[in-house]
Amino acid sequence: MHPAKSVIYFTTASGAGYGLMIWLALLAAFGQGPHRLFGVAGFGVAFFLIISGLLSSTAHLGRPERAWRALSQWRSSWLSREGVLAILTFMPAGVFAFFWVVLGVNGGLILVVGLLAAVLSLLTVYTTSMIYASLKTIPAWSNSWTSINYLLMALISGGILALMLLQVFGVEYGAVVPASVVLLCALGAMAKLAYWRTIDVSPARSTAQSATGLGQFGKVHMVESPHSEDNYLLKEMGFSIARKHANALRRVALLCGFVLPMALVAAIGTVGPVMAMALLFVAVLFGAPGLTVERWLFFAEAKHVVTLYYGQSDV
Amino acid sequence: MSVNPFTTAKEEVDLSPAVADEVKTTTCYMCACRCGIKVHLKNKKIRYIEGNPEHPVNQGVLCAKGSAAIMQQNSPAKLKKPLLRVGERGSGEFKEIEWEEALALASKWLGDVRKTDPGKLVFFTGRDQSQSFTGWWATQFGTHNFAAHGGFCSVNMAAGGLYTLGGAFWEFGEPDWDLTKYFMLFGVAEDHDSNPIKIGLGKLKTRGEAKFVAVNPSRNGYNAIADEWIGVRPGTDGLFIFAIIHELLRAEKIDFASLARYSNAPWLVIDEPGKSDHGLFLRDATGAPLVWDVAKKRAVNANDAEIAPAFAGKHKVNKRNVVPSFQHLANRYLADEFSPDAVAQTTGIPAKTIRRIAAELAHVAFEEEIVIEHPWVDAWGRKHDKMVGRPVSFHAMRGISAHSNGFHTCRALHILQALLGSVDVPGGWRYKAPFPKPIPPRARPAGPTQKPGEPLNGPPLGFITEPSQLLVDENGASQRIDKAFSWEYPLALHGMMHTVLRNAALGDPYPVDVLFMYMANMAWNSSMDVSGTLEHFTAKDESGAYKIPKIIYSDAFWSETVPYCDLILPDTTFLERWDCISMLDRPISSAHGAGDSIRQPIIKPDGDVQPFQDVLLDLGARLGLPGMAKDGEAIYPGGYVDYMANHERGPGIGPLAGWRGKGGQDHGVGAPNPDQIERYIENGCFWTQDLAPEQQYFKYANQGYLDHAAKMGWLDRPEPIIFQLYNEDLQKFRLAAQGHGNAQPPEAHRQRIETYFDPLPLWYMPFEEAQGDDKEYPLHALSQRPMHMYHSWGSQNAWLRQITSSNKLHIHTDTAGELGVVDDDWVWIESRHGRVKGQVKLITGVNQQTVWTWNAIGKRKGAWNLSKDAPEANKGFLLNHIIAQVLAPDKEGHVYSNSDPVTGQAAWFDLRVKITKCASAESGFTEPMFERLPALPGSTAAPDVSRYGSDLKPPPTGMAAGEKPLKSAQTRDWIGNRHENASNIAALPDGKGNKITKGIP
Amino acid sequence: MTSLPTNPSKVKLGLVIDLDICVGCHACAVNCKEWNTSGKMAPLTDMQPYGAKPDGVWFNRVHTFEAVDEQAGTSRTVHFPRSCLHCDDAPCVTVCPTGASYKREEDGIVLINSDTCIGCKLCSWACPYGAREYDEDEGVMKKCTLCIDKIYNENLPLESRVPACVSTCPTGARSFGDLADQNSDVSKLVAARGGYALMPEQGTAPVNRYLPPRPKKLGNSLAPRMLEYSDDNSAGVLARWVDKILSA
Ligand SMILES: Nc1nc2c(c(=O)[nH]1)N[C@H]1C(S)=C(S)[C@@H](COP(=O)(O)OP(=O)(O)OC[C@H]3O[C@@H](n4cnc5c(=O)[nH]c(N)nc54)[C@H](O)[C@@H]3O)O[C@H]1N2
Ligand SMILES: Nc1nc2c(c(=O)[nH]1)N[C@H]1C(S)=C(S)[C@@H](COP(=O)(O)OP(=O)(O)OC[C@H]3O[C@@H](n4cnc5c(=O)[nH]c(N)nc54)[C@H](O)[C@@H]3O)O[C@H]1N2
Ligand code: SF4
Ligand code: SF4
Ligand code: SF4
Ligand code: SF4
Ligand code: SF4
Ligand SMILES: [Mo]
Repeated sequence: MHPAKSVIYFTTASGAGYGLMIWLALLAAFGQGPHRLFGVAGFGVAFFLIISGLLSSTAHLGRPERAWRALSQWRSSWLSREGVLAILTFMPAGVFAFFWVVLGVNGGLILVVGLLAAVLSLLTVYTTSMIYASLKTIPAWSNSWTSINYLLMALISGGILALMLLQVFGVEYGAVVPASVVLLCALGAMAKLAYWRTIDVSPARSTAQSATGLGQFGKVHMVESPHSEDNYLLKEMGFSIARKHANALRRVALLCGFVLPMALVAAIGTVGPVMAMALLFVAVLFGAPGLTVERWLFFAEAKHVVTLYYGQSDV
Repeated sequence: MSVNPFTTAKEEVDLSPAVADEVKTTTCYMCACRCGIKVHLKNKKIRYIEGNPEHPVNQGVLCAKGSAAIMQQNSPAKLKKPLLRVGERGSGEFKEIEWEEALALASKWLGDVRKTDPGKLVFFTGRDQSQSFTGWWATQFGTHNFAAHGGFCSVNMAAGGLYTLGGAFWEFGEPDWDLTKYFMLFGVAEDHDSNPIKIGLGKLKTRGEAKFVAVNPSRNGYNAIADEWIGVRPGTDGLFIFAIIHELLRAEKIDFASLARYSNAPWLVIDEPGKSDHGLFLRDATGAPLVWDVAKKRAVNANDAEIAPAFAGKHKVNKRNVVPSFQHLANRYLADEFSPDAVAQTTGIPAKTIRRIAAELAHVAFEEEIVIEHPWVDAWGRKHDKMVGRPVSFHAMRGISAHSNGFHTCRALHILQALLGSVDVPGGWRYKAPFPKPIPPRARPAGPTQKPGEPLNGPPLGFITEPSQLLVDENGASQRIDKAFSWEYPLALHGMMHTVLRNAALGDPYPVDVLFMYMANMAWNSSMDVSGTLEHFTAKDESGAYKIPKIIYSDAFWSETVPYCDLILPDTTFLERWDCISMLDRPISSAHGAGDSIRQPIIKPDGDVQPFQDVLLDLGARLGLPGMAKDGEAIYPGGYVDYMANHERGPGIGPLAGWRGKGGQDHGVGAPNPDQIERYIENGCFWTQDLAPEQQYFKYANQGYLDHAAKMGWLDRPEPIIFQLYNEDLQKFRLAAQGHGNAQPPEAHRQRIETYFDPLPLWYMPFEEAQGDDKEYPLHALSQRPMHMYHSWGSQNAWLRQITSSNKLHIHTDTAGELGVVDDDWVWIESRHGRVKGQVKLITGVNQQTVWTWNAIGKRKGAWNLSKDAPEANKGFLLNHIIAQVLAPDKEGHVYSNSDPVTGQAAWFDLRVKITKCASAESGFTEPMFERLPALPGSTAAPDVSRYGSDLKPPPTGMAAGEKPLKSAQTRDWIGNRHENASNIAALPDGKGNKITKGIP
Repeated sequence: MTSLPTNPSKVKLGLVIDLDICVGCHACAVNCKEWNTSGKMAPLTDMQPYGAKPDGVWFNRVHTFEAVDEQAGTSRTVHFPRSCLHCDDAPCVTVCPTGASYKREEDGIVLINSDTCIGCKLCSWACPYGAREYDEDEGVMKKCTLCIDKIYNENLPLESRVPACVSTCPTGARSFGDLADQNSDVSKLVAARGGYALMPEQGTAPVNRYLPPRPKKLGNSLAPRMLEYSDDNSAGVLARWVDKILSA
């Protein structure tokens, strides 16, 4: 699949934003804060990521001015559900942020609101993942690892951001938070490895034989394309990346997106605050591109069954 | 529309939008197939074009090209104004001029020539469908240097058939699609009968009882759906056909009864080597041929009604040693050299396959006879109570004709059709009116006019039957610029357009003054050796003057050729003019009957352009040509449509056969009818007349048909047409070469004439292969027509070029493996003449010694108003660059055209190449790459986006929410080939498409 | 609702394509473009129509495949037109967030409302058959309408009330009709010829059917026996004819 910048940014940024939102709610639930500055920064970053992500996703639309119509089909469409949930999430998240940051209130009903925001955030990320996971046409996506990865990635990126902000604003956070992030990174790495293994070894769901129904005559391959230049289908769905490059990029994604942040976060407990800040900063510095590469690969490595009509033998 | 984001806006579709303000019929000219179309016009723009269901040619279907006519009309490459060259030839620098200036200049140039030496006007037309008109014009002008493009197209097929059966596979006949049980297709990618072949194949395969065999080095297109594909090695079909004949002879699976009656097989041939009439037919005092009557044991007139002729055996008749011509035929093809085993290696067809094909042919022809219970009377007055058919049919085209041995191969296939007794019989191969013609037709080509300012004493083209009719001077040198009808290419019936530029530039045989061309892209895809041809266009003498002093050209588009000409007369598109697809030319007849058709202007031209035919009549009037002007007045002031209705070629015979006579009651022959054109338009722009059932078959000897044909003016006499398996006319040339008669070839050509003028088909290795080195150039390279493109003119079409804007070289996977090339690699394709670069595509459906590519996709940069980075110019390539115009000099140093030695047919498919992988720095673009042509003068850049139709979109229905949708017509199931499917599927109603003939109303 | 119709349509209009006789001529593709570029989905925009990468909206595209059986040493070439299959379980409909993509209850035709489509392209990702075409210029998705503005059109004569690709097909390889009705003409054709659906494993339940290429007729089914020679050498053959009346 064509790795469109807007979609890569949308899924990674909004994922991180919702992840951060979840962390903020959990921190609050476990008795943190309210901390005004940290709050401004935390919610600011979270909202910025979510909103910029959503805006970026509309850049992918041919008719962004009609985007509002996308709310109508929540009964059947995951994209619609995502839109609805994204909007729904803003309500408790906004109220929560307002109380926490502006009014400095925590606990009680606000906690419930915060947790609601966290749950909705999680659900929103899930709906995003389901947009992809529901597409049978793309076996690399339509498996259970897709949602697991999306959710873990949101929590990891949000967690690292939360840690960094906690550190920047000098908020005490104890050992549970970094430990959880380390654990999530480890889980994330494992899930990613499992995902890659799945897509590498899963038998093809469809083949050029089933796509054409000509299997009875032998192995099928295209000899004349309907058009000599690339058409929309090929530009959108025909993207492919060489195994060699994909493997290299997988290593980059794994290292920068999971292993390095994990090590760095694990190390912060053993160093002073300045050094910890530096380590977290480095974690973000590597984590962000690492996760972007991961997301880029998520698209680039995914094969669409329509390519069976254009020379692929199995997908 | 609702703005509540949670409700779904429901769409109401207008199921019955108005389609058109007006629907007009005309004849498509996106190719030469002549299909009938219905053009739906809305706001004076074309809304939709569909096939005319009533039309005999296409019966409602429309091919890809035809459907894309909208975009042809919309082409940004259309010429808009007459142009006069101001820069050097090829620079593309022109100034726009007014028509008056253009016509004055043209008539000055032409008038000067006519006054001095009319033959110095060389008038060659290309893909036009008005050759009977342009040829007549040339006659009136007085130049014998006229022809259309047929010489480089398929003259081998035309000549092969016309000199054998009086008709040819090509456009002069068609298989009996509805009845044939065994159909063999030789070397066809698409052909002129584009839609009829597809319709026919679809029906034939759907019927299910017939077998379809494709003989072609490549398995694409039609060949892909064949029951059996025979991947013959190019240039060897002759051997394959001979081996089939060998088998049939050995097994006596020959329709002797048919041959006895309808062919010259039993005619007695003088067998006295060395005599001046050796090999000619023995004739009686009246000139009638003789046969040996086995019952009467003496020679009798071959035309007698009741004969029992011998097919073999030497006899002495009138003191001459004679044998039936069939004995020569049998002797030749029974020889071991033509046994399946002997030809298997060369043809690449296993001997057992050849034996099986021969057995299948024999089985179907002789054991699966078709009988139509319809009485008919033959030319000898004998009544037959039924029509018996041998349901085997062939069709063939350029795959066998575009080789230097093509004439003989084409003749061989026509002969095979006759040996099987399946010529114009039920299930066989059938003639289309006005064919069959006498063998060969009686018109002879006229030589140079005797007096300047006078017309020729006949048509410039015709049929030669003996050396004395050649157009040569006392030294045996050609009188024609293209050397057609000379000792070099004696039966060049269609002229040799592919030699004109070279000969004119070299002054060989003489220099010319004006070259006048129409509708032929000679500076690119219709020439061999493009760069050589461009040099001929621009060659100058010592004084710096062009060797071809003046070039006038009519094109409709900014083709590669326009920049090389001096005066451009911009033509209209086919949707903007009158045209006439005449019985005098290449009509729309089918086996069922005669037909002709017209084009009418559908839309107004958007430029200052004029229909070429109008221009030609105008020039004729200005020049005062007979038939076009009288007392300084134009005879056809109304232009071509005036000519179509009022011109008479002979008494009562005009361009259009339908609705002649004052009241339109006459067909074929009759006085001009002032309402004729109106009647054509009322009838969908065509006229047809089915033959009566008793005239449908055996037309060569069916008295009912022959009388009808004579009445219609297709035949001058209602006499039977006897197949010339053994061709005496060819023997006359051989005798001349052997030193007999007054007209003898110059020494240089003697050997060649003796070799190739064999009265029976022979096979020889195509010249390029014979002259070249097998090891050096091991592969055959072919081009094929894509079904969706017409030569060069499809590439300006926004829709068609999306399908193919660059071509690849198709190569067998195993061959590619040996060469170490994979898909999309760039390779050099090199012949003895040069090299061209392209990308490869690996396939398995191709002969392993053959590579092929699509024809005429490669374009010159700047032409056709395509952008400079268009794939056509950067990735697309032409094989033409590496096809030599001439063969290597022979032993005496004589240089012949790269053509068939009998007919002068261009040998496009003789090309031999080697393939080498390009260095990586050479990859990515084609070569040779010519300088970019400048933009079309006065043109605007082609648009970046085309939104055709946005303004024709039906407006929204404006239906209120919740309102019930319009009640709409019911749909009806449409079954492709319903009739043929109904014959196999129980309970499927018969009919056509969604029309049901029985049962449901 | 972009859910699929709750009352599955009683009529399922669709196409039947005969791969046994399709010659790959592209007539269906171009005539489709011609009809539809001024029809309901007008225009079928072309980008760079005269430029480097010409690419426009087409509802029908014709491929050529080779099927190679290495073991048997056989291969064949098959032309293969591809357009919307008007699936019963059309994923392109259910993924659509706006309801622009919908399936008609009346006849099962899957359409796009270009006034409400936001151009999210998701439906094109969901369609296994590449039947959805994005119009970059207008920013909306387009697709085969089964010529809905032609098949019911009372302004056209009966023989034109059929999808453009069907009436234009020169070989007669295309049929059209109601595939829900087991007794309809197209259903009979499909049954007789073993028509099949593409990629059934995708669970889309396509309505269109493809008729498989038929077995090739090679010699054995046709010529019962090889030729018997009348003599074992050519001289002998000729000698037999000398006195024989062969024109009986
Ligand atoms: N390598 C290779 N070369 C070949 C062949 C091959 O098989 N292989 N085939 C050969 C054969 S058989 C042929 S017939 C030729 C065909 O080649 P051409 O006869 O050159 O055919 P086109 O390329 O279509 O060019 C015809 C010209 O007519 C112009 N034209 C189109 N419509 C009109 C019109 O309405 N009025 C006027 N006045 N002009 C118009 C076009 O712009 C174009 O310049 O190619 C030959 N060249
Ligand atoms: N769509 C479309 N239709 C056209 C045209 C066009 O440009 N486009 N051009 C028109 C014109 S001018 C012409 S002349 C006709 C030509 O009509 P065709 O003769 O059908 O056209 P070609 O493309 O020359 O096809 C030649 C075929 O012969 C095969 N072949 C080559 N060498 C051999 C051989 O030695 N033996 C055998 N058995 N086969 C061989 C090639 O593989 C190819 O399939 O088409 C006309 N119709
Ligand atoms: S075959 Fe096609 S292009 Fe040629 S005349 Fe017929 S419809 Fe037109
Ligand atoms: S029009 Fe008919 S024969 Fe041509 S590609 Fe389409 S389905 Fe095949
Ligand atoms: S073919 Fe594709 S676009 Fe058509 S209904 Fe099926 S899924 Fe939808
Ligand atoms: S592109 Fe349009 S039709 Fe397709 S899913 Fe998006 S909104 Fe629906
Ligand atoms: S049914 Fe109509 S819209 Fe669909 S492919 Fe055929 S012609 Fe095109
Ligand atoms: Mo031609």
